[in-house]
Amino acid sequence: MAQLTQRAATFQRTLSAAVSSTRCLSTASTSPISVETSLPFTGHKIDPPSRSVETTPQELLSFFRDMALMRRMEIAADSLYKAKLIRGFCHLYDGQEAVAVGMEAAITKKDCIITAYRDHCIFLGRGGTLLESFAELMGRKDGCSKGKGGSMHFYKKEGGFYGGHGIVGAQVPLGCGLAFAQKYSKDENVTFAMYGDGAANQGQLFEALNMAALWDLPAILICENNHYGMGTAEWRAAKSPAYYKRGDYVPGLKVDGMDALAVKQACKFAKEHALKNGPIILEMDTYRYHGHSMSDPGSTYRTRDEISGVRQERDPIERIRKLILSHDLATEKELKDTEKEVRKEVDEAIAQAKESPLPDPSELFTNVYVKGLGVEAFGADRKELRAVLP
Amino acid sequence: MASAFMQGVGATTALSSANYKNSCFASPRSLPERRGSFFVIRSDGSLASGLNPTNSRRGALSTNAVATKQDNVTASTASKPGHELLLFEALREGLEEEMDRDPRVCVMGEDVGHYGGSYKVTKGLATKYGDLRVLDTPIAENSFTGMAIGAGMTGLRPIVEGMNMGFLLLAFNQISNNCGMLHYTSGGQFKIPVVIRGPGGVGRQLGAEHSQRLESYFQSIPGIQMVACSTPYNAKGLMKAAIRSDNPVILFEHVLLYNLKERIPDEEYVLNLEEAEMIRPGEHVTILTYSRMRYHVMQAAKTLVNKGYDPEVIDIRSLKPFDLYTIGNSVKKTHRVLIVEECMRTGGIGASLTASINENFHDYLDAPIVCLSSQDVPTPYAGVLEEWTVVQPAQIVAAVEQLCQ
Repeated sequence: MAQLTQRAATFQRTLSAAVSSTRCLSTASTSPISVETSLPFTGHKIDPPSRSVETTPQELLSFFRDMALMRRMEIAADSLYKAKLIRGFCHLYDGQEAVAVGMEAAITKKDCIITAYRDHCIFLGRGGTLLESFAELMGRKDGCSKGKGGSMHFYKKEGGFYGGHGIVGAQVPLGCGLAFAQKYSKDENVTFAMYGDGAANQGQLFEALNMAALWDLPAILICENNHYGMGTAEWRAAKSPAYYKRGDYVPGLKVDGMDALAVKQACKFAKEHALKNGPIILEMDTYRYHGHSMSDPGSTYRTRDEISGVRQERDPIERIRKLILSHDLATEKELKDTEKEVRKEVDEAIAQAKESPLPDPSELFTNVYVKGLGVEAFGADRKELRAVLP
Repeated sequence: MASAFMQGVGATTALSSANYKNSCFASPRSLPERRGSFFVIRSDGSLASGLNPTNSRRGALSTNAVATKQDNVTASTASKPGHELLLFEALREGLEEEMDRDPRVCVMGEDVGHYGGSYKVTKGLATKYGDLRVLDTPIAENSFTGMAIGAGMTGLRPIVEGMNMGFLLLAFNQISNNCGMLHYTSGGQFKIPVVIRGPGGVGRQLGAEHSQRLESYFQSIPGIQMVACSTPYNAKGLMKAAIRSDNPVILFEHVLLYNLKERIPDEEYVLNLEEAEMIRPGEHVTILTYSRMRYHVMQAAKTLVNKGYDPEVIDIRSLKPFDLYTIGNSVKKTHRVLIVEECMRTGGIGASLTASINENFHDYLDAPIVCLSSQDVPTPYAGVLEEWTVVQPAQIVAAVEQLCQ
């Protein structure tokens, strides 16, 4: 195994030498590195996995690039919102990128992910393109949901991303349904049902957890605890803010959600557990820099010092940057170049998305019903007929 | 446009509803043309071309119910093969046939598995198909409906049974936001082929919370279809159609109709989800009804016939979308409409139907539409009071008499 990786690494290195002299992402070596997570895992009714995570330079560089891309996308979405190109609700994920990226590293596209409305970055992780994201945010035809969903309704069927849901907590029973279907069809995949610390107080979550545990469904519930349910701090909303323990009979794990490698380790561990023993809860201790959404300044219920403190000490991208630099996998300049590249990519995608046309008025009535059994898309009185599904 | 061929076996009634396709488009206010070959294929026994064989029987045979008896029924049923069964058995038969046909069809609900269903609709299915396919859920309507919808997103075809329709109010968020809207908000990426079914309606002194009619609450949810079955024949046909449909369908059954007995064909048949059923063609007044009120109407119809009236009775079956073709043609013929429903007066199915008929067929009406619905009260326990919350045949007769003055 080590030989293979070494050979692959040398092959890639010679290839890169032919192409360019600078070391770039695709030619990074795949020799394993062992890194210790900054914080240990805490387990509830389960033995936590070990703190040392196996990773490769390639993976670390891809973490950096992906997280930088996500961060840039969210910042760009912020300015687009202020420019009134994005309307309605826009919930930004910056600060929480490590969860999306670490999770993707541990699973395949056959596993399902379902989340709430803070879904832009998870969509990217699942294979969504920047163009699809920006076009959807701006309500254009090229969006992932044809402009009809908006910020809270990103979906990617081929990537196993089931959305994108507006109502807090409603996605968790759906996630258990995905896990049920996986068990029903006997494919060895798992479902990650994500929710926040605010949603953790929803009753349907416990109902779904009960059923998942009863039938040993391969469901992994990820609580992205960013400590604020919109404007309410977790200690004001939950009697027991130890969300990983809330499952009671369901084992739980508390993970440092700002450490992509810890997230990866936990998700890998959880996947193995879920396939054998049923549901598990992972609490990702994370933080969001923006407010709950673009309509929320984010500073009325927390101090700016707190936000900048977290940004200085726990920022996920900085952590990976330090790791890369300390292991000498890339130079400072190369990382800055990656960030510039990413910025350019995002700007290009925005420009392209702005060119994308608005949906046709007839699209108002498409996709209300699925084609079949001759249903035509209009209301009960058939008065407002505009489009007829063939 | 596909052709309509009629074989009137046992059709003692006039063929008025077959001609609607040709007659209605002559008028200036014609409804938009219906495309697609499923709607109009009526063949009796023989398979129609197209994906789903939709056999729609003439109305004469369907009223062999406990509540009323028609004189011409016994003659026609004696000559037909088929088997006799009760409505809940018809539902089960339809369900079983679909589960045999497609391994992705599964059932979830409270006590559907080992107990066999509180109304015996799923009796014996758990032993045949296993516990995962006929799933006994805990009492958590919100989440197991959500689970069914999530499973539907991946390609399974779950059927959710609400032990009583009223309990599904707890799952309203899932039904409205996720079930109805996911196909649209995902830009067509996901379809939700779930069937949500259960008994509703006013029973025998079951109390207010167990006698609810949820048709009115669900009717404005975009993206779902609603159908109400009333006879074993249409129960089986609608159940099969609902399961085969790629849209979420809510199938409304009625607590008091489960023991209706009827002879249904041995051959497989699937009914059209969007079609209304002509029970009794007539000339003087169009009576639109669905579910249990059908039987009250037929009982009233007997009295009316004796008094010299000729009511046309249509079981609308499809509550969303309305079959305005059948209804429209009937209105154009009779010019008077009476709606008899069990739904509440405020914001009920009758209210929507009144509005649509008024908007679309105003020129054809000789009198204002009369809508008889249940009173806007919680259903009382006392039998006498309960009787008066629901429309009784005497009221129907009185309404027709007044309408036809």
